[in-house]
Amino acid sequence: MHFTLFISTAVAYALSLALYLIFLNTGKALTGRLGTVLLAAGLVTHYFALLERSHGPHTVPYHDLYGSMSLFGWLLALTYLGLELYHRQRSVGALVLPFILVFFLAAHLAPADKLSPPEAHGPSFAFHVALSILAYSAFALSFVLSLVFLGEERLLRNHKLGNVVWRLPPLELLERMSRSSVLIGLVSITIGTALGFLWVDRLSSKYSFYDPKYAITLLVLLLYAVYFWLARTTGWRGARASKLCVFNFLIVFLSFTVVNFYFSHSHRYF
Amino acid sequence: MEIVLVGLNHRTAPVEVRERVSFNAEQARRASEELRSKGILEETLVLSTCNRSEVYGVPPETSRESAPGLSTFLSEFHSVRMDVLGTSLYYHYDREAVRHLFRVAAGLDSMMLGEAEILGQVREAYRVAHEQGATGPVLNRLFQGALEVGKRVRSETELGTRPMSVASAGVKLAERIFGKLGERSALVLGAGTIGEQVIGQLRDRGIARLFVMNRSKDRADGLAKQYGGEVLAWGEWERALPVPDVIVSSVAAEGAIVRREIVEQAMEKRANRALFLMDLGLPRNIDASVGKLYNVYLYNMDDLTQIVAQNRRARENEIPKADAIVEEHVGKFLSWQASVELVGLMNELRTKMREERAQFIRARVESIKHLTEADRAYVEKMMDELLQGLLLEPAERLRGEKDLRRKIHNVEALRDLFLSNREKP
Repeated sequence: MHFTLFISTAVAYALSLALYLIFLNTGKALTGRLGTVLLAAGLVTHYFALLERSHGPHTVPYHDLYGSMSLFGWLLALTYLGLELYHRQRSVGALVLPFILVFFLAAHLAPADKLSPPEAHGPSFAFHVALSILAYSAFALSFVLSLVFLGEERLLRNHKLGNVVWRLPPLELLERMSRSSVLIGLVSITIGTALGFLWVDRLSSKYSFYDPKYAITLLVLLLYAVYFWLARTTGWRGARASKLCVFNFLIVFLSFTVVNFYFSHSHRYF
Repeated sequence: MEIVLVGLNHRTAPVEVRERVSFNAEQARRASEELRSKGILEETLVLSTCNRSEVYGVPPETSRESAPGLSTFLSEFHSVRMDVLGTSLYYHYDREAVRHLFRVAAGLDSMMLGEAEILGQVREAYRVAHEQGATGPVLNRLFQGALEVGKRVRSETELGTRPMSVASAGVKLAERIFGKLGERSALVLGAGTIGEQVIGQLRDRGIARLFVMNRSKDRADGLAKQYGGEVLAWGEWERALPVPDVIVSSVAAEGAIVRREIVEQAMEKRANRALFLMDLGLPRNIDASVGKLYNVYLYNMDDLTQIVAQNRRARENEIPKADAIVEEHVGKFLSWQASVELVGLMNELRTKMREERAQFIRARVESIKHLTEADRAYVEKMMDELLQGLLLEPAERLRGEKDLRRKIHNVEALRDLFLSNREKP
């Protein structure tokens, strides 16, 4: 990654985090708006950093930890920014930005593979990768939102409001944001997985049809679909749905780590 | 250009006196006119709220000299004897008057620390006085500064962010759960004073639907009519409870009137949508175990009182920040005031020096009569340049150095020193 792009992205994200934290603490609207502007600036420079990275392999960076984590961080930031603008709520920024920053910095520290074109590439494969990682980042965002919900709900139920509760988003808004995020994830993972199966068919000589990654991805899809249904329509709305969302993300994490590294034949970094 | 303030507030006067000395809009206009027509003040502004009546002004003479005339005027205007008024009035001059107004606008001098309404009242008082032509450059600048202080304190500190009454704390808590209340409904059980306060708060926050349930239907009808709500018959729990998102109860009853079973049934009917209950009754009206139900948030009077106490402490912690903003703007105002006065002083000094020079030449006209007209004009020009040079540097420093202007507290003393026409010893 070009050093200037790395520094500008890191600085933009770090400043955005600082401003979001001040906004959470003081509630100054201008500070919150500046936080958003810097996040958007970070997204732009991060995009060019990813673009530069993808010049070598001629596809989205997915075949090394470096590219995959960086892309994950970028899509997490993009999803969050979209939700922030859609729901007009900035208070969660201070809690999401640390994840974005950590993924971006960790990606830079992770070892990068040689930039040779991988076997699978092309537009539909790029969509398969990008949509899958977008789904994971959206699920990660719903995980953070659910944790915030559970923390705030506990404080409200126990009548221990402190200073922060007055600054956090209302519970119902957190639920809506979490559902929106899961919806983005569900749509992305559905399309992404369908495109992935097309590629399995094309590369059937090289990859097995019986990769455990397929099973766990379908399980993730099913679990989030169940969450989406329960959180909207039945007595699960509220803390129960949020706990389910947290559990679902643990399965995603399992899929991203243990399954990728030890069981999957074709999905090492996404 | 001095400033005087005479007034009374909730700290210095009991409510009976405050009532008698308050001004309605028409009285404020009339008082302003009379004060100027009688020559007591050159610029005036009357600020009158339920907790304070204050007259700000720029007197023709010094501020301290104008104070007795102002208090007599207030006494006569409101027909209140001076011995009643005298102990309640406070007087502030110049810097202290500026600081007092800025603290008022910031909500630091209010009965409820950080209240938001006072800034609107200051703005309105200024608008009225300005439209009437009662304010001039000094009060315009002063009140514009006060409005800026008020805005800054509210945006840069948490002085006005936390609710300070049980009713507003309850409604703010409901917003922590539901967000904006514009699409929500509320049921108020009991139509007493507290119930009415909560209804007022809920309406202020834009609650969509309001139901009132009271043992006395007449009172419920009255409240529902006043606030645009619907009346439900007392005891119709099955019909009443599943609909609202917020339930407020302040009924005089021996035991709990909202029992766990009926809330459980209601929650089932509302598919576990969150329900916020405020129990403001003493003894409590809602079974305490209701708070353990899923997605139910129950707050009683003690809980809300505790939140208000926490908020009061949080607001008090913000006082130093707000005071720092006030002091910054007091400094700015005094600097502006000094610069205006000093510019005037420098101009007067320049004029006086020219006159002195002309007198000097006239006195020595015999001794320079050997000079030609051109030489004489040249000498006069050189003297003018010298005098101009003497004043140029101080004038430039006064224009450019804010700190210097702030250091000069007493422009009148300078005027007295350089411009008074005393007999030479």
